[in-house]
Amino acid sequence: MSGKPLFAIVVFPGSNCDQDCHHVATELLGCRAEYVWHRDTDLKNADVVILPGGFAYGDYLRAGALARFSPVMESVARFAMDGGPVLGICNGFQVLLEAGLLPGAVRVNRGLRYVCRDVHLKVENTGTAFTRLYEPGDVVRMPIGHMEGNYTAPPETLTELEYEGRIVFRYCDAEGRITDAANPNGATAAIAGISNREGNVVGLMPHPDRCAEGVLGNDVGRRMFESAALALARR
Amino acid sequence: MITAELIADHNLSDEEYSRILEILGREPNLVELGVFSAMWSEHCSYKSSRIHLKNLPTSGPRVIQGPGENAGIVDIGDGLAVAFKMESHNHPSYIEPYQGAATGVGGILRDVFTMGARPIASLDSLRFGRLDAPRMRHLVDGVVRGIAGYGNCIGIPTVAGETTFHAGYNRNILVNVMNVGVVEKDRIFRGRAEGAGNPIIYVGSKTGRDGIHGATMASEEFVGDETRQKRPTVQVGDPFTEKLLLEACLELFRTDAVVGIQDMGAAGLTSSAFEMAGRAGSGLEIDLSKVPVREPGMTPYEILLSESQERMLLVARRDRLETVMAVFAKWDLAAVEIGRVTDSGRVVLFFDGRIVADLPAAPLSDRAPVYDRPRVPPRPLGSMGWERMPEPEDYGACLRAILASPNVAEKSWIWTQYDHMVGTNTVERPGGDAALLRIKGTRKAIAVKSDVNPFFCACDPYRGAAIAVAEAARSIAATGARPLAVTDCLNFGSPERPEIMGQFEAAVRGLSDACRALSVPVVSGNVSFYNETDGRAIPPTPTVGMVGLLEDVSRRVGVAFRAEGDVVALLGEARDELGASEYLRTVHGREEGPCPEVDLEAERRLVDLLVRLAEQGLVASAHDVSDGGLAVALAECAMKGGRGAEISLPETIRPSALLFGETTGRAVITFAAANESSIRKAAAAEQVPFRAVGNVCGSVLSVRVSGRLLVEEKVDSLAKIWRTSFESAIAAADVL
Repeated sequence: MSGKPLFAIVVFPGSNCDQDCHHVATELLGCRAEYVWHRDTDLKNADVVILPGGFAYGDYLRAGALARFSPVMESVARFAMDGGPVLGICNGFQVLLEAGLLPGAVRVNRGLRYVCRDVHLKVENTGTAFTRLYEPGDVVRMPIGHMEGNYTAPPETLTELEYEGRIVFRYCDAEGRITDAANPNGATAAIAGISNREGNVVGLMPHPDRCAEGVLGNDVGRRMFESAALALARR
Repeated sequence: MITAELIADHNLSDEEYSRILEILGREPNLVELGVFSAMWSEHCSYKSSRIHLKNLPTSGPRVIQGPGENAGIVDIGDGLAVAFKMESHNHPSYIEPYQGAATGVGGILRDVFTMGARPIASLDSLRFGRLDAPRMRHLVDGVVRGIAGYGNCIGIPTVAGETTFHAGYNRNILVNVMNVGVVEKDRIFRGRAEGAGNPIIYVGSKTGRDGIHGATMASEEFVGDETRQKRPTVQVGDPFTEKLLLEACLELFRTDAVVGIQDMGAAGLTSSAFEMAGRAGSGLEIDLSKVPVREPGMTPYEILLSESQERMLLVARRDRLETVMAVFAKWDLAAVEIGRVTDSGRVVLFFDGRIVADLPAAPLSDRAPVYDRPRVPPRPLGSMGWERMPEPEDYGACLRAILASPNVAEKSWIWTQYDHMVGTNTVERPGGDAALLRIKGTRKAIAVKSDVNPFFCACDPYRGAAIAVAEAARSIAATGARPLAVTDCLNFGSPERPEIMGQFEAAVRGLSDACRALSVPVVSGNVSFYNETDGRAIPPTPTVGMVGLLEDVSRRVGVAFRAEGDVVALLGEARDELGASEYLRTVHGREEGPCPEVDLEAERRLVDLLVRLAEQGLVASAHDVSDGGLAVALAECAMKGGRGAEISLPETIRPSALLFGETTGRAVITFAAANESSIRKAAAAEQVPFRAVGNVCGSVLSVRVSGRLLVEEKVDSLAKIWRTSFESAIAAADVL
């Protein structure tokens, strides 16, 4: 490990938040960042891989369904298998689900409409590569912006996720109560984000990239990026 | 053989046809007739509006590009500029709301990014009929979904806008969309076909049979149930392809390969080809058989006039053709060289080896018809006796009713369906006075706002238009930003009717006077006529889009009451004006004038004062007083801040007008008590009436007038009404 951590930000045709993530990594964290075009397979020796939000392939067919076939995804899978930290935000989460790097699927929101607003999240697992800098039980405010965020999985998968503590974030109200009213999309068990067993792959529907600096009124999301950077610096 | 019937089918008058014969010195063929028809449509040629629009102020020290290009551009310093424009998509949105609105977003985005700018924000200014009118909820739902569907997918935030409901729009809704982009000052591109021998490249979606004669449709009124037959003229949008086009073009603009570029909007390939050649004084040769088409058997006529979306025409340097093709290939876009630039001054179109049209480029726009249409000056609508009405018994109930009305209630149901945060620049989100977007890499932010009060315009188009400019400027200044420039979208009925032309002329005069007084030049715009059905026109609706500059984003000011104990003060003074107010409409069901007065010099002084107070960091909050009057403005500050206030006003005029009148030129500010004397002095220096009227405190909003307690409402109860009423009104839908 030499110098500052390098973030690889994957760009699919239709990615929209690639520049937002790049801004967080470089301008706010002072790390290095490289865009990786979806047809490339070289992750440029990155330390962290981000799959950003957006509408890869226009979300045509189904969110993430086409993006998972992009050549870069094989490299991302290998990187993840080797323990490299991978974060999928919103559409990036949907791609991770479609690619099988995380279990489950998302359906259209229960309200059948796109929803863009702040929600509250309870941080339930602070052992992942991206949540080390939160305290267990922290209630944080983050924006969402999606049409398909209604997470679901087969009962045995849900049990496994619960049992293994892999539910990283749940939707809650401002006081941390998990209520139906606080669930913006109908996600099963109020699941907003999950991790793989090893905790190096994390996906979530909310946007930490949109709340990473004071001028936007909220910088709580920055800690997700910092968590990964810090872990690497210590390695 | 061109028959009288064909000429009429192409919406050309006999006089216009004679002019064609004169320009050509021969009879046109059918393809050429189609070209003239599209280029001389009201939509493309501005033939009825041009002589009035030339009176608008269009220059200023910051103006880099005024009207006449794809978008206007103003300098914001640091080597950067903002490009922006507003456009209407009214007719298609009424026929097919989702696609009509979606392609409206797509079109305005292309106008901005063809200038070399990266779009950073969209605004939508929507007018609907009454929610209980036929199809109306379907139209509201479709338009909102369409804007969301396109804007969210392409990843440009929709950050501001306004929505009003009035029976005058029952059969002609308005969808005006604005986009704002940021461009490096020395990397601006224009729609010019220069350099004989340079290749002309077609890129983007294939050309289909959709939207043929869309520009002509936008230049006709609806009659009876005609909307059904016009369905094929509405285009279908593909935001994913446009996203690819956007990124590919911006990537190309960083090379030196591009000479000129223009999107194919209204009148498709025809208008982009002729406009690009016309602006450069050059000529073009285009082989229409090379244009990628969606289905076999398309005729040259169809290829030329198709309005298929997501297509661009680009002129590249001959020696950099490979670079251009490589970038488009990277983004999986089909790009084809379809012709070359010449210096003949003519646009020559080939198809299957034959010439199908051969027209001089410049005369199509230079010699387009210009009409000084007959007009009768509008008679301002006055009072029908509201002055004699008794005062209400329960002012609090009036306030609650106004907060619940669809025009005043919070529209989060709309803007939560829009991604308003992508790009991470949205510092002030929708629902405030103006949205604020920080400019990365600088300390700056830009404020954006669209505005017009059609009720005012219906009473008095001159004043209504002037107030639209003043109110937009006030809203922008309330955030601390200085108003820079304007784009307009002028929506009216048929220009062939003298009373409509009278409204138009008055409104343009109002815009012009206000823009001069406030030093905000008009740098781009759009005119939409023929917004009428069966002879009934919409209320005159000159929508104003304004951009302002905040030098230091940390000095921004919000609407919300910030701290317990802060002083609440009013800037400006109420007059006894209830005409055209939400109070009269909602509480009393009365639609009558007069439109409030407007003092443009006073507006300018208020704007200057608000900007100065923000610069000096003296105010904690600021909010423009507009729809619903002072009581609503105070309630909005309270609801957003989750704090109450105790307000005490002297009874200078009747209390209902004091609370609910919509007198212009006013704002509510709050500040720490220690700043009061400085603010008082600053207001006196600007000759802006200043009055401290109370304090932020507790959780109840109370208003006393000359000691009498008229309003005493819990802020959270008001907020519940304000935040939920619109969604309930929509949810009462039977057609969703």
